[in-house]
Amino acid sequence: MGTKKLTRGAPWSDRLFDVIVYTVIIFATLITLYPFLNVLAISLNDSIDSVRGGITIYPRQFTLKNYETIFAFSGLVTGLKISILRTIIGTLLGLMSASMLAYTLSRVDFQGRKFVSTFLALTMYVSGGLIPFYILIRDLNMMGTFAVYVLPGLVSAFNVFVIRSFIDGIPYALQESAKLDGANDLTIYWRVILPLTKPALATIALFLAVGQWNSWIDTYLYNGSQEHLTTLQFELMKVIQSTTTNVDSFRGKNMTAVMAQVSPESVKMAITIVVTVPILIVYPFLQGYFVKGMTLGAVKS
Amino acid sequence: MKAVTVTQTNRKLPQRGRFWSTAIRNRYLYMMSLPFVVWVFVFSYLPLWGWTMAFQKYKPGKSFFEQKWVGFDYFKQLFQDDMFYQALRNTLAMSGMGLIAGFTVPIIFAILLNEVRVQTLKRFVQTISYLPHFVSWVVAAGIISKMLSTDNGIVNDLLMGFHIIKEPIQFMGEGKLFWGIVTASDVWKETGWNAIIFLAAIAGIGPELYEAAKVDGASRWRQVWHITLPGIRTTIIILLIISIGHLISIGWEKQFLLGNNLVRDYSQTLDLYSLNYGLGMGRYSFGTAINMFNSLISVLLLFTANGIFKKITKESIF
Repeated sequence: MGTKKLTRGAPWSDRLFDVIVYTVIIFATLITLYPFLNVLAISLNDSIDSVRGGITIYPRQFTLKNYETIFAFSGLVTGLKISILRTIIGTLLGLMSASMLAYTLSRVDFQGRKFVSTFLALTMYVSGGLIPFYILIRDLNMMGTFAVYVLPGLVSAFNVFVIRSFIDGIPYALQESAKLDGANDLTIYWRVILPLTKPALATIALFLAVGQWNSWIDTYLYNGSQEHLTTLQFELMKVIQSTTTNVDSFRGKNMTAVMAQVSPESVKMAITIVVTVPILIVYPFLQGYFVKGMTLGAVKS
Repeated sequence: MKAVTVTQTNRKLPQRGRFWSTAIRNRYLYMMSLPFVVWVFVFSYLPLWGWTMAFQKYKPGKSFFEQKWVGFDYFKQLFQDDMFYQALRNTLAMSGMGLIAGFTVPIIFAILLNEVRVQTLKRFVQTISYLPHFVSWVVAAGIISKMLSTDNGIVNDLLMGFHIIKEPIQFMGEGKLFWGIVTASDVWKETGWNAIIFLAAIAGIGPELYEAAKVDGASRWRQVWHITLPGIRTTIIILLIISIGHLISIGWEKQFLLGNNLVRDYSQTLDLYSLNYGLGMGRYSFGTAINMFNSLISVLLLFTANGIFKKITKESIF
């Protein structure tokens, strides 16, 4: 189909193609990266100097005062503690439940397989909604408890199916031979399946940990007035909401005192960095895993 | 193979006994799954039972049997409320825009990134592109309102610098801009992440197809159009069906964080409406009616999308 004509036209249009590709890619990288660098620069810049504006990606008058100020605020310290705690506990519990369920679903000789699988899959499409869930949490007396952070979301159908499709890829002969050696299903799960599913588990652990770390809605809905159960994201949310809108009902007394020392803008930026840094630290290590996990999950679900 | 071993040993037992003996053999599997099944029942299915509240004049503290049944009263109230239609409009508008942008942009990004021939650059860009997916919406909303702010926000600074506008635009205070801001924020946050699947699908296309096209003298535009796009067609359709199912359940997190009183007419989604005018005011039954409407439409959309695509493209998720 007109081969000659196309060959002659190709170099010009291919060069244009390359120009477009590299322009778009570089632009996309810039708009992704710049905001983070900008926030970092402002958080490390003298608060009064920042008000003058013009900070781009490096601090003009370097200082750590903004960070010192926010860590003097008790809500932030409690928030940090609770956030770390819920991330660890929530991730471990979530991994356990997802891997156990995934293992049982991968066993074709398991009677309940079809039922459990459908029962789980339905939860991905139908949800009761905000208020019925709220009422349930209240009826279970889980308001104002730490448990509300880790227990309701314990089982995630998506995670189960990701791990299951990974287990399906492990040769069944390994389980058979373990069985011949006298291992029961529990031992097989623990000794054979868990070690072999490490890449999938790492992916799910990342999803769970990020989800736990980033969550604030549960704090807002169920523990909004419990100062000892506050989370980092919730504290940041209060700060951000209280300065973008002048009318606010959220602002804590302590925070107002802190705000008097450095500008709200700098406080916001410093907390943003504190909240984001842990994610940035773990993320390069797990990158290889989650790309695999994402594609696996998509194929199955 | 595994199934065979089970049935062979049980062949002589009667039907009932066979069930129980298999159950006993499966005991550890039951131990590992039943507790979680109960869990899922409590936290995912009991809220569905909570929908009964929409048909009662629900009073906290009373038992289920003491509640007064009111039939469809709350739905009538809901359908007569102007704010409901506004919330429905906002929900559909933002999810529709999100669906279109959240779908096309990652596909384009994946295709373009795949065309980058410098491997180190490709890997670097991809790593950077996932980054915003992992930060919370709280952080994202903070960053976005900072970038769009009228004092020293980069967007206004650039627009002013290039003399495109004379006065800084009040991005966060202008209702008409809100849908666009939410959509753009979503694109900013999720494009890199959503592109992973498409990149993986593109990687699965056989290189011999491109070789053949090159021999035929196809330009790179034509290679993208005739090889890459058809190659990821199935992935696109499956993901599209799933997204349509989630179309109306966009939640309220972004809208809550990016919105404020100035833009409420455009930011209030159905969920936010149920939060503000249901939960916030103690009108549990009314709020439940909103949630129930939301969930049902969502399921309906999923089935419709699945049915339509099954007919047209023979692809479906169930």
